[in-house]
This record gives sequence, C-alpha cells and structure tokens, in this order.
Amino acid sequence: MVYGPHTPDDRSRMLAALGIDSVDELFEVIPPAVRAGAMDLPPGLTELELMARLRTLAGHNRVDLASFLGAGVYRHHLPPVVDQVLLRNEFYTAYTPYQPEISQGTLQTIYEYQSLLAELTGLDVVSASHYDGATATAEAALMTCRATRRERVLVSRGVHPQSRQTLETYFAGPGLAFDEVPLLTEGPAAGTTDLAALARLLGDPERPVAGVLAAQPNVLGLLEPMAEIGRLAHAAGALFVAAVEPVSLAVLAPPGAYEADIAAGEGQPLGIPPQYGGPYLGILACRDSLVRQIPGRLIGMTSDVDGRRAYVMTMRAREQDIRREKAASNICTNQALCALAAAVYVAALGPGGLRDVAATGVARAAELAAALADAGAPRLHPGPYLNEFAVRVPDAISVHRRLLHRGILAGIPLAELEPGDPSLTDGLLVCATETTTPEEIELFAWALRDELSAQAGVPVAGIGEGIR
Amino acid sequence: MSVTGPKLQPTLFELSGTGRAAGRRIPAPPADALERLPAAARRAAPPALPEVDEASLVRHYVNLSQLNWGVDTGFYPLGSCTMKYNPKVNEWAARLPGFAALHPLAPDETAQGTLEMLWELERDLAEISGMDAVTLQPAAGAQGELTGMLLVRAYHRARRDLERTDVLIPDSAHGTNPATASMAGFRTVNIPSAPDGGVDLEAFRAALGPRTAAIMITNPSTLGLFERRIVELLELVHAAGALAYMDGANLNAILGRFRPGEAGFDVMHFNVHKTFSTPHGGGGPGAGPVGVRGPLIPFLPAPRVLREPGGTFRLERPGERPASIGRMRGHVGNVGILLRAWAYIRAHGADGLREVSDDAVLAANYLRGRLAADGAYEVPYPGPCAHEFIASGAGLKRATGVRTLDVAKRLIDKGYHPPTIYFPHTVDEAMLIEPTETERLETLDAFADALLEIAREAHETPELVTSAPHTAPVRRLDEASAARQPNLRWRPRPLG
Repeated sequence: MVYGPHTPDDRSRMLAALGIDSVDELFEVIPPAVRAGAMDLPPGLTELELMARLRTLAGHNRVDLASFLGAGVYRHHLPPVVDQVLLRNEFYTAYTPYQPEISQGTLQTIYEYQSLLAELTGLDVVSASHYDGATATAEAALMTCRATRRERVLVSRGVHPQSRQTLETYFAGPGLAFDEVPLLTEGPAAGTTDLAALARLLGDPERPVAGVLAAQPNVLGLLEPMAEIGRLAHAAGALFVAAVEPVSLAVLAPPGAYEADIAAGEGQPLGIPPQYGGPYLGILACRDSLVRQIPGRLIGMTSDVDGRRAYVMTMRAREQDIRREKAASNICTNQALCALAAAVYVAALGPGGLRDVAATGVARAAELAAALADAGAPRLHPGPYLNEFAVRVPDAISVHRRLLHRGILAGIPLAELEPGDPSLTDGLLVCATETTTPEEIELFAWALRDELSAQAGVPVAGIGEGIR
Repeated sequence: MSVTGPKLQPTLFELSGTGRAAGRRIPAPPADALERLPAAARRAAPPALPEVDEASLVRHYVNLSQLNWGVDTGFYPLGSCTMKYNPKVNEWAARLPGFAALHPLAPDETAQGTLEMLWELERDLAEISGMDAVTLQPAAGAQGELTGMLLVRAYHRARRDLERTDVLIPDSAHGTNPATASMAGFRTVNIPSAPDGGVDLEAFRAALGPRTAAIMITNPSTLGLFERRIVELLELVHAAGALAYMDGANLNAILGRFRPGEAGFDVMHFNVHKTFSTPHGGGGPGAGPVGVRGPLIPFLPAPRVLREPGGTFRLERPGERPASIGRMRGHVGNVGILLRAWAYIRAHGADGLREVSDDAVLAANYLRGRLAADGAYEVPYPGPCAHEFIASGAGLKRATGVRTLDVAKRLIDKGYHPPTIYFPHTVDEAMLIEPTETERLETLDAFADALLEIAREAHETPELVTSAPHTAPVRRLDEASAARQPNLRWRPRPLG
C-alpha cells in the first residue's frame, strides 16, 4: 500500500473479525456480469521515480520567457508568506467547516476574506468563493434573472470572451437569453462599450432585460464608462453587474461607488499563481438586498453559548444540501484555499502595498506603450487604459510567433482571443505588472522593431532552435 | 494543538495600526503613475484594508490554523467526503515553477509538459472508469454534474428527441444532484429507496418513460451500499431511451472492481479531491472531471487536449468542434489540482489503486462490524458495506434523549472529527461513517471505543453529552441569530 498503514497482519485481523478469508468476499455484491476487467495503467512509481518524471514534465514547460501575457491572468510578485500560510496542514487538509467548533480557523479566514473583498468592491455581501472569474460572472447573470424574474441579459463584448462563453453554457439549460453589446470601433472611445447600442437593446419592450454586464477594465484593457452603463441599466429596470479585476480596485472606483448591484471577478491576481488555468478564485459580491440570491457559502459572525465571538456558515437555506432542486445554485465544493490565499495576499501587502502594485503596473504599461509605439506598434485604441492595452501590428499572429522564437511572449494576438472581430485582426494585447522589468520592455521593443522592419516570408524557426 | 491550548484571534482589522508596514514588497511606483487615469475612473478614497506587520500576520494565521481540524491533525471519518491522507509529494509537485508559473494562454509549444500530463490523466481516468473519453474542465464535483447533465441535454437534442424533460434521482442522493438537474433545465423526479437501501425498481419503472432524459445514480450509494440491481436498472434506462449518469463521489469503494462505463453508465463525474487524494482545502478547490461513452464525445466541453501525430500536444482551437456544449469555466481546468491527482495515480498503478479500494472497504466493514456487534447504535442495512456505512442514533435518542448531533459534538472531546450526520435524510439520526484506507487499525478500534463510550455516557451522564463539546476552542454556536441578523463582513464599531 503506497500511502496506507495496513500490514498483512492488520488485514488478517480485520478479515478474521469479519469471519471471511479474502477481501474479495466484500465485493461479491457486485453482479458478476459487471465486475471490472483489468485496468491498463503504467506500473506504480516510487517517490524517487515520480519526482524525476514530474521534474521532466515541468521542464517541458517554458516559464523563462519575457512575458507580456495577461488577458485576465496576471503575473505578480508573490510574497512567500502567502504560500507558508497555505501550507499550514490544518488549513489545507480540512474540509468544509460543517463542525464550526473545530473549524474556527477556516471560518474566520473566510469571514475576513469576505470583509476584505467587501472593502475592495464597495459592496456588502461577498460569497465565500466561486470557481473562477468566468463562472462567477455566469452566476452573477443568473442572479439578475432570479431577482428580476426576467429572462434576458445584455453582455458587453468588453467582458472577457471566456466569461461570455461560460455564461452562454450556463444559460442553455434554463433557456435564458443573452445579447452581446458591441464595442465602438472608432472615435475617442473606440474599444469601449457602445452606449447607443446598449440603449437600443435595453429599449425593446417585448424583451425586458434582467441585467447588464460590463467589465472594468475591459478585456482590451480600456476603462469603461461604468457609471453611465449602470444608469442606462437601472433606467430600464435592469440590474448592473460589474466584472472587475481585484488588484485594480486599489486605484479604480469600486463597483459600489458606481452603483453596481453585483460584482464578479477573477481573483487570481490576489496571490494565486497562474498554474495554466487553475485553481483560481471566483469573486462574487452583491448589495445587501440581493443576499438571498447569491449562490454558495456565506460565513457569518455570531457567538457561542458562552458569549465568545465565533463564526459559522449561515443563510444556508439558499444551498443545495437544504433546498435540493430549488437551490440558488448547485455549488458545493468551492475554492476556499484560494480565498485564503487572496486574504493573506491582501493583508501582506496592506492598502499601500496593493495600491503600489496597481500603480506600478500602470506606470510600467505606459513605459511599454511608449517603447512599442517607438518601435512601430502604436496603440490600437486612443482611450485611457490601466496596465494592459492593444497595439497595432500587421500580421500579428506571425509576428507573435517570431517573437516567441526570440524568447519573448508578446501578449496574445487578438485574432486568437476574439476571432471573427475584423477591427481587432491586427492587434496584440499586451500587459505589464510590477514584475515587468525595464530590460524586458527594451528587449521586446528592440525585437519588435527588428521584426517589423524585416522582410516578410522569412521561414519561422522551431522554438528549440530559436531560444534554447 | 499548541502547548498552551488554541487561542481565539481578533480579526485582521483589529490587528491593524495606521502606518504599520506589512513589509517592503516592491519598489515604490513613480509619484505621478496614476495621473494619466481619468479622475472619474479613480477611487475617491483608499479601501480600509488592515495594516499588519508580517510577524503579527503570521501569528494570526498560525493561531487560526490551530483552531482547525484537518486530516493531518487526526481521524476525519466524514462520510461521502473521503478524507484520506494527502501525500506531500503532490504538494511539492504543484509548486514546481515549471507548473505553477505557466500562463493558461501560453502558446501550446511552451506548455508541452502540462499538456502531456493532462492528456495522460484523461486516459488514466478513462481506463479507471471504463469510459471512452474524459474532460478535465469541471472545477468541482457539482460542476462535473452540471457538465454531465448538459451533455445529456445535448445528446437528446442532437437526436431531435426534445420531449425528455425529467431526471430520475433516488431520495438518498446528494443535494447537488437535484440542484444540478434544475440548473441544466430538467425537472427532478424523486425515486424512493427500497427497504434494503437500493433503488426501488417498481417505483423506478413507474417513473421511467418517454419523458425521462436520464437517471442520476450514486453508486455505491450514500448509504454505503453497492446497487445490487444495477444490471436491471441500466437495462431499463437504456430500453426507455434515457441515459444513465453515475455520481462518482464514492468511487473510492470500487477502484479495480467496478468500471461504470464498462457496466453501461453513459456519463459520470470524478471527485479528485475524494478518490485521488487532492486536499480539500477547507472546502475547495477540487476538480470534477467527467467521463463519457462514445456517443457523448462530440458534445464534450471545449477546449480538449489533443495529441498530434508527431507526439506533441495542443489545445483545441475555438470552434474546432461545433457540437460541443461550450465552455464550463475559464481555461482548461483546476490544473494544479489535476496534477496532484495525476501524481497519485502514477504512484499507485493499477494494482495500487485496487489495493486502495480493497483497504478502504475492508476498514469500513471492520468498523461497521465493531459497532454492529455492540448494539449501542443501530446499523440498519445488512453488510457488507462499501467504503462507508450508516449507523443511527435513533434508539439511543429514544432511550436517553441524546441526539446524533450530541454524539457528534462529544466525539470532538474524544479527539475525533465527527462523521457526516443527518445525511442521507432517509435515515433517522443518521451517521455516515467513512474511515478511508489511510487510518491505522488502532485508530479504527479507538474510534469505535469512543463511540461506544459516548453511548454509555448518554445513559449515565446525558448532560455531559448534550452540552459537548467541552474541549474545543468554542462551544455550540448561536446559529439562529447568525441567520436572522447576518453579520457577513467586518465593520469597525461605532465610536462611543
């Protein structure tokens, strides 16, 4: 047995106590017709062999590139204190705090997470966590339909495409409808939500709108007129959902300040490594008045019979184990340890540190924009942005590949992120954070200038030839 | 617990002092960094986040952790949750920079190690379950269920079989099953259990018809019983044109013994945080891969991991498989968790995995036998059980007034995490006990002794039991006022 304690003698004693000769007898209840055939799996590895294989696999990933890739997942400085806390065995080997008397650690950390995110979002109620930003956004859209008893939402195309796709999947089952609100393609606000189109879509009396979803900053890195979008939504009797990036909330107006009813977001930037997609943290927050519509666990402060302050899972009548088919959502397991990571990260930085992280990204992005413009790749949109923006690069997919062979991960071609949008074909979406160095910016700009001035049609080398 | 006993902690906010530095994390940004942002978009006042020095922060969390109970603290026989030991090499693996620092939108050629691991894990899970293909995308078991039911929906619609609105679910199922059916747009039809704990075939046959889209079965069930009538059940489902979904929450009982796909199930989910040892994290994250048989493959969520003829790996491109139900979440899945599951499967191989279930089932039957032999608690269903079993405190309550809730709280005083209680709802005063394969025989015996001792206490000094726990960091909580006047976030107390 690899991780188990049983000796042959232990097993014999248990079998003897049960009055049987072989463990096979315990499986005779399985009808012979459906007993399993042999499993064809590679033989078990020793720890030494397993670690060697893992090192080899990890070595086949390239994490040494100068990376300008963001698009919803951001590389940040991770204070080592965060992982030290996550490695406390009592936190990571516990389950859902069903027994509050011996789960006060988990319960208090999640209550503190809810409180920290309430401060950041300017909203009152924060769920204990959802799966990730995309699912939190989809659940936020479902909340607006339950709360208004309407069956259609409007989603700005500035909301991350993966969130829009997830929303589409979640809406298929209950048969709810959604329409996308286009982005402006020209003018000073190009790349942000088309407010006139939004007003038109809201104006159809036959198809009342439950909620309007917009992102700040949007998927192109641009700042949206959130207050105006919220006013239009509310005037039509719809709720307003803000999709947010949490580090930005240290410097940007929070959803509560521009009257959003719900905020959803990807919590990965708060102390969680990229890990090729997860586990991350779905942030979901709302106004007090919507508390009975929010899916997932909520932790409340209360007291014990001796009057000591204590914490407990509360308002559980919304949840699947009580309400079954009438529950607000089917969510059970959430992302509790990732919420703990976010709480430790925010506390380890403090308000000043979090502001510095956001502001340094803003400053580095401006340096990057200037350097790329100088190299021949001007910004694709004129409006204000935070730490991410698109630049115009002819034949962007090919240039992106060539830069990869020079050891530069030049963001993401917008033609891959938003296929089918002709206004974005020549765009590269790039970002900077506090981890971006001046040397990396210089390298990127130099290589890009070189590529743009090189003749077209030069064969692309294999990645190994280029950078190993 | 610490040498002086665990200490309740003030909140982070109460530890805060204005100007108390949390550490010098990054160089200061230029003073004018934010000036290019429009005033309307900027925050008017900084958020009121706590300012805590790192040493105090660490003590805060270390002390809080000591108020918690985890598998690494002691026995955690929480039924249906499979609280087995979480191997440390898996934690090491997930933190290797090559895995941890990889961006999910990184080009395929820079992600070959992770893609290879995911591709292998899909095949491993398919082999373990007898399914034809697996998606790793779902973030948790419940999301796996939703994925599975959306696959069922897509399958029927693709056949223009549009009248199938009902999903049949036994009354002993986890609440996630009916909640999932609703989210996927189906109507739930509850099927009562037969006296032996299995599905009532007559009730089932009566409910089955041209409107049935699927049946959702947990096998072994939440009563810890393998479904004896599984062959007949699956034949009936398929004869009615419906699909069979298996909730894989209890897969730890049947590794190498029963492969759902081979037996005729069409779709199932795995809880890697149960069967494959990934840590529960205080409630998550987990991962809920879904396995399907051939006819459902076209509908699997996108993107899938593909192996190219040259042996390299890539992700499916948007729109590459038009019949897909779409995306269930961002990116390809909870990869850091899936990596731990891969490592667990690699450490075991086929023989090792079968031994896991053999030992889990043996331990559960041994513990069940100890309790059944005494009679202080009812053990309502005949053995053998699977990897968990039901005991009931109904008789104890009648005799002493002591409820299962009290027994559970008294177990805390004895140094154990209580089992799952009051679930399934179909059994009075239920305790669902799952020891897993990673507990020593001595622990199983000591736990049985503790349960029996509590039954004696219930007769002799019932108030000792009804007022438990006595040694935990806090005593029983006022859950009623927590729900009536919810306090869900810290607010500084008003002055005065």
